[in-house]
Amino acid sequence: MTTQTARRPSGLMSSRVSDFLRAREVGIALLVVVIVVVTTVNNHHFADSASIQQMLTGASLIALLGVGETMVIVTRNVDLSVGSVLGLSAYIIGDLFKHQHIPAWSGFVVGIAIGAAVGAVNGFITTVLRVPSLVVTLAMLYIIRGLDGVIVNGKTIDPDVIPASFTAVGYKTVFGVPWLAIIVVVVVIAVGYAMRTFRAGRDLYAIGSNPDAAALAGIPIERRVFTAFVVSGALAGLGGALFLALHAQVDNSGGIGYELTVVAAVVVGGVAIFGGSGTVVGAALGALLLNTISQALVASKISAFWNQAIAGALLLAAIGFDRWLTVRLTKRLRSSEGAHRDV
Amino acid sequence: MAGDGGARGALPTEEPVLVLEHAQKSFGAVQALEDGSITLYPGEAHALVGENGAGKSTLVKILAGVHRPDAGRLLINGAAVSLAGPAAARDAGVSIIYQEPTLFPDLSVAENIFIGRQPTGPGHRIDRAEMRRLTREIFARLGVELDPNRPARGLSVADQQIVEIAKALSFNANVLVMDEPTAALTGVEVERLFTVMATLRGQGAAVLFISHRLEEVFACSQRVTIMRDGRFILTAPIAEVTIDDIIRSMVGRDLDALFPKTETQPGDAVLEVDHLSSQGVFEDISFTVRSGEIVALAGLVGAGRSEVARAVFGIDRRTSGKVLLAGEELPNGQPGAAMAAGMALVPEDRRQQGLVMDMGIDQNIALASLRRLSSFGLIRRSSERALAKTWAPRLQLKFGTLRNAVSTLSGGNQQKVVLGKWLAREPRLLIIDEPTRGIDVGTKAEVHRILDGLVADGMAVLMISSELPEVLGMADRVLVIREGRMTADLTRAEADEQTIMRAATGVSSEAA
Repeated sequence: MTTQTARRPSGLMSSRVSDFLRAREVGIALLVVVIVVVTTVNNHHFADSASIQQMLTGASLIALLGVGETMVIVTRNVDLSVGSVLGLSAYIIGDLFKHQHIPAWSGFVVGIAIGAAVGAVNGFITTVLRVPSLVVTLAMLYIIRGLDGVIVNGKTIDPDVIPASFTAVGYKTVFGVPWLAIIVVVVVIAVGYAMRTFRAGRDLYAIGSNPDAAALAGIPIERRVFTAFVVSGALAGLGGALFLALHAQVDNSGGIGYELTVVAAVVVGGVAIFGGSGTVVGAALGALLLNTISQALVASKISAFWNQAIAGALLLAAIGFDRWLTVRLTKRLRSSEGAHRDV
Repeated sequence: MAGDGGARGALPTEEPVLVLEHAQKSFGAVQALEDGSITLYPGEAHALVGENGAGKSTLVKILAGVHRPDAGRLLINGAAVSLAGPAAARDAGVSIIYQEPTLFPDLSVAENIFIGRQPTGPGHRIDRAEMRRLTREIFARLGVELDPNRPARGLSVADQQIVEIAKALSFNANVLVMDEPTAALTGVEVERLFTVMATLRGQGAAVLFISHRLEEVFACSQRVTIMRDGRFILTAPIAEVTIDDIIRSMVGRDLDALFPKTETQPGDAVLEVDHLSSQGVFEDISFTVRSGEIVALAGLVGAGRSEVARAVFGIDRRTSGKVLLAGEELPNGQPGAAMAAGMALVPEDRRQQGLVMDMGIDQNIALASLRRLSSFGLIRRSSERALAKTWAPRLQLKFGTLRNAVSTLSGGNQQKVVLGKWLAREPRLLIIDEPTRGIDVGTKAEVHRILDGLVADGMAVLMISSELPEVLGMADRVLVIREGRMTADLTRAEADEQTIMRAATGVSSEAA
């Protein structure tokens, strides 16, 4: 068994395997393109720049929330409070515009702060009091929605009280790309880079992959999980600001049901629901895919009721695919190792 | 006690790197370690041997900083230390490799080694190229080939151990402790592990390993320490002892008259197992259990005994062979059919597999007999309670009321409830896995008395046990399994501790 002959096949195998893994993101992107092309054949207006802008805008909020959700799910937790946080943040920012006349930029700061605060509560209860995050964030979903209802009290924030420079973020474009999408892409790239490149980011994966081993390796589990919840909350809060900028209007129904769409997008995007693997890029693409499908159904004049059924079927397909992939990958890795042993 | 022998090459004459003296540790009323002592020199491979329950694992956990000893002292490089936790042990240069490797399946091999302390470049960014290079360097030092980029998922146990060893090396460990490293390895893998161990010794590390395979102890260690019943027995250079010496020191205790086995006259065959195999798990197992007899499956933990029982019962599918109960062949992989034919299995892990902890004693006892107790698909609470009432006294169960949740009972009484649950079905064959693990001596004797009574009434019992005194005290016949194969079939008269240990560890008597 010489070094040369032994290293070559395993190196080849690993590059092939990593190609295989990367294909998840590539595969989703391709699927989006295929749907756009097929739908355009039936309806020539589907690929108009206006309609593509609409697609990007529609996917943006879910993708943004999906980034935070990915950080949380990778650690084997879940954050179900993001939809409520978005709604609360959107209304409070609108209310501050209406009554306090705060400058446009501070709307974003307020949104992020509100979200981070809720995330800190989620993180504290999950890590220090050791309550399962599913329960904590489900409770928080209702608490915040209720709080939102009390604050809103049947009122509505109307477009005329919101600064024009604030709503501009919702409809202005740069070279045809909506500002909203640019902000989300920047967040996706930044968080994606951080999760790949810094020790703290890799710790998140380690925690979700094998919590006991993470503890033995001296990873500060509580601190990392807490941070993931704070970031998830902060991004949901930022999502509230962007929601207000986009719709220029909000009542107590903003963001209802978002949490499930976000989790669906994240899982379709290849993030393992039991933690340990997946990327924010995949999650963002998952959001884009779900949104593209729903737009394609509208353009193809198919009943919108199909939308949810298809989203659900896609979710099952994604999980089934993951399971199949894991089994296949495990087998493949086993045999590759067997192969280099025989060399 | 630390013999300074001169076996196998130059044994170091320098200062010991680690000394543990008279360590004691008890858990509640159980004294797990009464006198744990060991001395390790740089560059030696040191074997630690003893029966199941001799205190080896407790000693290892003290070295690992997992347990803190109640008494005794630990010296590392001549200085007394008190280890606050696993991290402290690691910082002191002691790395432990557990039987169950602790890897992150989703992360790459390189990242598994360096998690939490990956080499970083400017801006605290992880330097992946450097991490890979360091990983390759360690693997080269160990003389093994593993791709640093591949995920840990799918690595064989042997390769997982290599990754663990690499991790230990990356911490510059000078004491490496391995808990039964060869238990799950094939011959070739064991060879490679020994090569790695030799390399480590050559680099001045002390390697302490626990092993049940005595031929390995002779093949690759310089010194051996023997423990029995939580006590240090002796440390000797390997050249100065024989296998017989070791076995005698390991088991050298008198059999206590704890087990009131009455002589019975076995009747007809109840269970016939014919050339039973499960690919990769066990092979070609044949035996018979007759009514009125207890047959014990003995062997080391992990030898495949529980797996045989699971295949007989139909929980796991067999790849070939036949299982007959009272002359009728049982279908493959159908526990329901086995139960209907009169077979009952009391599993080893009763909390997980045998009991519904939050349900009452009566409901648990009735759980396996629900069909008989229900009419028109409805379960009558009164018949549940009536059934429990008949069994509770027979089992000498200690409880408040029968409605109490079983979680409120002691371990021994829980075991009796599991037993009662299956006995209520009045089975022809009872398979019982580790009947008295983790229960106190008094209850142990009661469980043995119950088994004895059942057999006297004509039941057939197949018992799996890792405790030799239990096997010798209770069994009419002893089957020894080693690495998935049956290595001995002994009558009560033929069975003694040394014969069983030989068959279980794979040491032929000629080798001694």
